[in-house]
Amino acid sequence: MTQADLYTLLPIIVLTVWALLLLVVDLFIPNDRKGWTALLAAAGLALTAGFTISLAGTDTYIGFGGMVLLDGFATFVNLLLLFSGLLGISVAYNYLKRMDIERGEYYSLMLFSVVGMMLMAQASDLIVVFIALELLSIPLYILAAIAQPKGNSGEAGIKYFLLGAFSGGFVVYGIALVFGATQATALLDIAAAAASGAANVPLMLTGSALILVGFAFKVAAVPFHMWTPDVYEGAPTSVTAFMAAGAKIAGFSALMRVFVIAFPSLAGDLAPVLAVLAALTMIVGNVTAVAQTNIKRMLAYSSIAHAGYILMAFVAFGRGGEIAASAVAAGIIYLAVYALTNFGSWGIVIALENAEGKGLNLEDYAGLGKKNPLMAASMTIFMLSLTGLPPTFGLVGKLYLFQSVIAIDMYWLAIIGVLTSLISAFYYLRVVVIMYMREGEPTTDNEGWLQFTWVLMAAATVILSLVPASIFNWAYEAARQLVNL
Amino acid sequence: MDFMSNPLNVVTFFPLIGVLLLLFVNKENKVLIRWISLLTALATFGLSLWLLSQFQPANPNLQLTINESWIQVANWNISYYMGVDGLSILLVLLTAFLTPIALLSTWSAIEEREKDFNIFFLLLEAGMLGVFMAQDLFLFYIFWEFTLVPMYFLIGIWGGPQRIYASIKFFLYTMAGSLLMLLAILWLGIHQGTFAVPDLIRMGGIPAETQIWLFLAFAIAFAIKVPMWPLHSWLPDAHVQAPTAGSVILAGVLLKMGTYGFIRFNLPLFPKAAIHFAPMMAGLAVVGIIYGAIVSYYQQDIKKLVAYSSISHLGFVMLGLFALNSQGIQGGILQMINHGLSTGALFLLVGMVYEQTHTRDFDVYGGLWKIMPVYGSIMLVVTLSSMGLPGLNGFVGEFTILLGAFGSEAIGSPWFAGLSAIGVILAAVYMLYMYQKIFLGPTGSIVETVKEHGHALRDLSAREIITVAPLLIFIFWIGLYPKPFFELIAPAVDNLVAILQAAMH
Repeated sequence: MTQADLYTLLPIIVLTVWALLLLVVDLFIPNDRKGWTALLAAAGLALTAGFTISLAGTDTYIGFGGMVLLDGFATFVNLLLLFSGLLGISVAYNYLKRMDIERGEYYSLMLFSVVGMMLMAQASDLIVVFIALELLSIPLYILAAIAQPKGNSGEAGIKYFLLGAFSGGFVVYGIALVFGATQATALLDIAAAAASGAANVPLMLTGSALILVGFAFKVAAVPFHMWTPDVYEGAPTSVTAFMAAGAKIAGFSALMRVFVIAFPSLAGDLAPVLAVLAALTMIVGNVTAVAQTNIKRMLAYSSIAHAGYILMAFVAFGRGGEIAASAVAAGIIYLAVYALTNFGSWGIVIALENAEGKGLNLEDYAGLGKKNPLMAASMTIFMLSLTGLPPTFGLVGKLYLFQSVIAIDMYWLAIIGVLTSLISAFYYLRVVVIMYMREGEPTTDNEGWLQFTWVLMAAATVILSLVPASIFNWAYEAARQLVNL
Repeated sequence: MDFMSNPLNVVTFFPLIGVLLLLFVNKENKVLIRWISLLTALATFGLSLWLLSQFQPANPNLQLTINESWIQVANWNISYYMGVDGLSILLVLLTAFLTPIALLSTWSAIEEREKDFNIFFLLLEAGMLGVFMAQDLFLFYIFWEFTLVPMYFLIGIWGGPQRIYASIKFFLYTMAGSLLMLLAILWLGIHQGTFAVPDLIRMGGIPAETQIWLFLAFAIAFAIKVPMWPLHSWLPDAHVQAPTAGSVILAGVLLKMGTYGFIRFNLPLFPKAAIHFAPMMAGLAVVGIIYGAIVSYYQQDIKKLVAYSSISHLGFVMLGLFALNSQGIQGGILQMINHGLSTGALFLLVGMVYEQTHTRDFDVYGGLWKIMPVYGSIMLVVTLSSMGLPGLNGFVGEFTILLGAFGSEAIGSPWFAGLSAIGVILAAVYMLYMYQKIFLGPTGSIVETVKEHGHALRDLSAREIITVAPLLIFIFWIGLYPKPFFELIAPAVDNLVAILQAAMH
């Protein structure tokens, strides 16, 4: 292992070792003190974030013969993932105790999943992409089922596992076909083979389409979204919060890298497919969300819809240069927006969910405006952010997504995007209506860490909308490194 | 100029200081809450006068501007760009002027959750002021959408029985329009390389065909807000359900955001399309004038009558704007102010009697003049102003608009102005009909009903008179001596007309 290899994987190595140690250390932590495990897990994530930041710079580290790399893009995504991991722990800590499903393994599994996600962001070889996909998914299957035999947790885990395995199959088959077409699995070699004309184009196209299908399952794009509402609803809410943000960030970052680096030559055939996929996802996600009465299911469909919005940024993947860079930047900025809003809104869902698994219907939010004004105001901010209204980061992020579509003159897609946003306003506003305009007596959990999470997210959502310049520039720089501008 | 001491920033964000203070007040302390928000609004008005004192009427360009880079990524260039000129200065003043009046009217009308009410109201004021000052399309869009949120709460929480329906309808209608505008904004920002309106106007060069699409995208957003026939159906619901202060601001300022949008964006950015669509827009305006007037006449609910009369009045404004000549546009802008004053006053007055009677049904009213003479006289002045009686403000605006529309080259036919003159007559019919129903004739059953509930109908209180009095001053002032107002508007309008003339020939 050379020095470059070490640097490339250093954050991942640190986190893996930490997670393994945590698994052992946890054995010696008594059951009534599992808070220590949570704290140690958070410390591991923070430490890894420290290493990631210290390695950040203009250099791109390439390790293991080009199998993995660490560039600005990976750094951005990794930090986003580590940040999501930290938030995932802070919303989970008290919730697990309250729901009586507290186990030390929870936190180790989360760390392993984060390791997989980070590897996904750093992968520059299809084989590594697949390994990362499995590494991030398997702990999530277990986490989804961790409340078994309570509620539908077991069902959610099995469903997630079966469909996850199924989609994994698509990815592997796709990789195999791409390898057959290009004799390569490294992203750059695939692109080179395609450029030199040595590749079998139909085979490569089929392979890339299968990879796309596999990832469409992971990020919950229509028509591969069927598992999402059931899994999101059945899994413990803290797992859902983590899964919704983490799996999306990782899935999209892999898609971006693979498609921008390896398959730009296929853009002519794939871009329309992606556009239709994005449009379908926005339409089905938003329209179905209107009919939901359970907040977990509503947010699940909202999560599907947001996958659609992010997919819009992909349509420009083959354009190269500035257009592709700003499209990728739009995608990762929106992932950051989504992570913020996601943890905030799920945090509040967790606060209202009580021990019997009740408090998950929209009607249970009646009267929250009077009972807990701060929480209702924060939830309003999250709903506005998801709709894309000021004064929230969601607005700025969404507009940047739309610009990437307009920049390539795909007006019909942009129009579908805004029309579905209008539909989404209806169901997001319904939450606000219920909180402020109906009478009720909701019970809320005001535990410190949980409250800290959603207050912080609400503040960040508003403040970043006022001063978004630095995060925009950072994301754009990251995207420029990805497209090699 | 320093960012924090720029008068535009001071005026726009001063209401937020009130919001911050209110956050720390106990919600039971109603007196303190009322005074904090009233004083904040009054101070904002004072600051807007300070702004006016620094404004040079003869200068046709944007003044007191502040232009800072906000988000600059690759081909995206967004700035924090604020400025006022003759097109917007009066609207800024109107907003700052109406807000304290509306707040004062709530002292007896809003009984619950006063703290939240005042917070939303001041947030709304900041948003509206921002709309009239923003010179960057992106910034404008943010302020524009932001005003939706507090207004939605004002209608939804403190409104009438159908408030939730009305508030959602208001929200979705307006948002539907603005989303299409958003796409047009993004198109401009990407293809022209800037979102700054003055730069976009200077650059010009958008092909006529593209202008038509962009014009339509902007026009739908603004036409919904105005509202122009046939996109008006949210307005009666919102007005009838909104609390009085909400109606005052809705009619007085929020609707003006639509007409202002046409002047600020549609005309100078897409002059060729504006000329192309002028006859069509004028036609819709005339339909709106007549339609609003006829529907007003058939209303059973006083507030609904006033709401539909707004559609008719704003039809005049739109007719003036799309005359695309100096008189028409000047008249249009002045009429925006007039409508804000007169209709604002009407909603206030209707709200004042509603607080006592809890009904707005015409059938139970009648003969109130004998019981409430002060109320009756004030209402008479406002009714006549709304009708356009010479000597009061409405006449000056409508007359100038008709003059502009008659001679308009862009509209191309004097018939539009001729037809809309019928609207003036119809306005007299429905306004006098309303006045007669409420104040004249035999005493209505409501007098007895109120008496049975313990306290007989009383005339206006001192606070209520103080609330309306400032509006009356301006109703007379503009009616008798409109020159200073036109002097503020004229140079900027001439500038705008020059752009349109250049596109026409």
